[in-house]
Amino acid sequence: MPRVVLVGNLAQITGGVAEFQLSATSVKQLFEQLSDLHPALARHLEDGVAVAIDGQIYQDTLLEPIGPNSEVFLLPQIAGGSASGDYSRRRARNPACTK
Amino acid sequence: MTMAETTANGSSQTYIGTRTIRPDGVDKVTGRARFGADFNLPGQLVGRVLRSPHAHARIVSIDASKAEALPGVKAVITRDDFGDQPSEFVPAGEMMMNYKDVVRNVMAREKALYEGHAVAAVAATSVAIARRALKLIDVKYEVLPHVIDVVQAMRPDAPLLHDDLFTAGVEPKPDKPSNIAKRVEITLGDIDAGFKKADVVVEREFKTAPVHQGYIEPHAALASVSEDGSTELWCSTQGHFLVRAHCARLLGLDISKVRVTASEIGGGFGGKTIIYLEPLAMALSRKAKRPVKMVMSREEVFKATGPTSGATVRVKMGATRDGKFVAGFAELKYQAGAFQGSPVQPGVMCAYAPYDIANVKVIGYDVVSNRPKVAAYRAPGAPISEFAVESVVDEIAKKLGLDPIELRMMNAAREGTKAAYGPKFGPIGLEETLNAVKKTEHWNTPLRKWQGRGVASGFWFNIGGETCASLTVNEDGTVSLMAGTPDIGGLRASLAAVAADELGVPYDKVRPIIGDTGSLGFNFLTGGSRSAFSGSMAIVEAAKQIKNDLCARACKLWETKPDQVAFEHGHVKPLGSIAEKFKPMSIADFAKIAGKTGGPIGGVGRINAQGAGPSLGTHLVDLEVDPETGRVTILRYTVAQDAGRALHPAYVEGQFQGGAVQGIGWALNEEYIYGDDGKLQNAGFLDYRMPVASDVPMIDAILVEVANPRHPYGVRGVGETPIVPPLGAIANAMENATGIRFTELPMSPPKVLKALKERGVSAKA
Repeated sequence: MPRVVLVGNLAQITGGVAEFQLSATSVKQLFEQLSDLHPALARHLEDGVAVAIDGQIYQDTLLEPIGPNSEVFLLPQIAGGSASGDYSRRRARNPACTK
Repeated sequence: MTMAETTANGSSQTYIGTRTIRPDGVDKVTGRARFGADFNLPGQLVGRVLRSPHAHARIVSIDASKAEALPGVKAVITRDDFGDQPSEFVPAGEMMMNYKDVVRNVMAREKALYEGHAVAAVAATSVAIARRALKLIDVKYEVLPHVIDVVQAMRPDAPLLHDDLFTAGVEPKPDKPSNIAKRVEITLGDIDAGFKKADVVVEREFKTAPVHQGYIEPHAALASVSEDGSTELWCSTQGHFLVRAHCARLLGLDISKVRVTASEIGGGFGGKTIIYLEPLAMALSRKAKRPVKMVMSREEVFKATGPTSGATVRVKMGATRDGKFVAGFAELKYQAGAFQGSPVQPGVMCAYAPYDIANVKVIGYDVVSNRPKVAAYRAPGAPISEFAVESVVDEIAKKLGLDPIELRMMNAAREGTKAAYGPKFGPIGLEETLNAVKKTEHWNTPLRKWQGRGVASGFWFNIGGETCASLTVNEDGTVSLMAGTPDIGGLRASLAAVAADELGVPYDKVRPIIGDTGSLGFNFLTGGSRSAFSGSMAIVEAAKQIKNDLCARACKLWETKPDQVAFEHGHVKPLGSIAEKFKPMSIADFAKIAGKTGGPIGGVGRINAQGAGPSLGTHLVDLEVDPETGRVTILRYTVAQDAGRALHPAYVEGQFQGGAVQGIGWALNEEYIYGDDGKLQNAGFLDYRMPVASDVPMIDAILVEVANPRHPYGVRGVGETPIVPPLGAIANAMENATGIRFTELPMSPPKVLKALKERGVSAKA
């Protein structure tokens, strides 16, 4: 199973648990499984983290595959992602933004 | 697409890697190029901003009635013209910013948080009337104590900027607000155990001053909002799609109603990745029902736009007597300016990134203070932390009697090294840059008294991101290329070379432009050293679509199967049994019959580019200190950096040289000087001393190419790494020249002279 490590402040949200063995086969599944285990992580994953899979850093990509023996690190995002995607989610939540 | 797939895809390599003529060159040398302030519309008004004269003040009331009544004034806006925004973090360039803070930075609401903070704005029929109108706006302030320095801002008794800011990243969660917005930490191994193994330990504290990106072109925006909300905006920006998103959000508009055109840009370096004038110009235009143009003065640029952080950094490193680094600790305290969001996180991650160290602990604090909100500046956060580490590495080399390049080589991160921030590196070129510098004549040139030599290495991650670019084959066979990231360092020339090689057409038959937001899908901004890396990937994708389309058309024309045709060097060629039956067809041939064979020919690459590889570099500098004045002269400077693959070597060299020069200014002269009243005293280029051409020698550039396997041509971003090593290299050269370890930047003449006198060193010695 992939080995998943939380880097930086993310481990504080999981009560200090920084390493996981999960069955995720994609970044999307990884986020879902982590959020199921620690619901407080969900917002941070949604706001944006970088995901390093076997040494390669990915940002803003939910569909990237994760191999059965992959080493995965969740890092602080190095630079921002898609304003458009975030915008539409925020519009749905913010009734003040009506036009 | 990988490198192997590219070369098998029928492309040539005639222009990539050569020094083609830049397509924007003629306009720029003739003055025809249109920068932000060069756009005008009929009936436009002049916009001006009223700015806080106080570093910290509650805004009690704003009465704009007299200004509104002044003949010639068509609109006045204040905080009441912008709806408040909920607390939500969004990408603001290469850093994150909270929308609640964005709306307050654009126009102050409850408080003015720095001298220069926008409090109101007017649109009038002339500059003179606009200025008079500003004076008529009556703002009542309750002046509050202010705090500038980061260490002072962290004190529990420091003046508090935000009573709803609680330090994140600490347990238990604090119940009192603080100027410390966040604590971040990365850990690798066991730092205490590491120091126990050390034969030599060096610990130092460093201080850097805030410095501005120093772009020659001030911010400028021209907005025209019609009665139904349709908006056209021209501005100088590194990211017009993000300008569109942020402005639409702040003004409550659909994104589709806002069309933004990025002008030619006179420098950005990260400082033009966020919004300042744009939403103000739009709000004024909407109210006045006329276009509004706004241009910042240089004083406004210094007082009201984001420089990078000033910082205090403590570094402690341990090494064995053989020179192996066994422990690296650092504590970084970075100013964020008036709102949270300094680049302390990347500073933490980059501090020890060039080295293979088993035990690392880096802690960072993001601290607000009464200064403009910081913005990205070329590898944000990294120059500061790596300056401190490179200085300590140099001290370790001296204590152990080791060559500073050999020491770095011994500990260099390589493919497979585990980074302090977690993952293992793929192929990287630090070792190659160290070797390249060691082989130079520069390294082996003797020095004289009061001259010193210093070396330092540096690292930056680089990013990819969302990118759209299109290629269109015109009726005459020429190709129009449209990219969506503003060209701040050779993007158009680089992408044109890629398109020419991919399609097998002459370079001068490819015309590149930067499209507006209505012409392409979303593009993330020009930053993170991403535009050539991801733009070229999008162009390869667009070209692939064209090649596939032409092959399909040929199949129908020749009534044959797909395995009987192939695209090669600008032509679709018949293969096998039909090879003698038909002549190969060029792109121009297809262009003539495009309509008859299916319609216009084109392709659009729409990607979220991944696979950006880090770029590492090593700098070597010789300098001379004048012991009578403290003035430092750079005698010689060499940059060696891994570019992966240089699409356009002259532009890549230009990035190396530009970053080095900015680092020289940062190390030797540049700083914000504040009075006791919290007001900036040197808000102009006369007193904020940046290097000019006569201050620096030619910067020698060595292109190292360790291909990035995730890019079709092996490209790595190069724009940011060059600013990382200069601070450490110059500090190390100063130690070599004077015997004094300078730990505070800038090493300006008064400070150097003072240090020499305190050491008892004089010109006569």
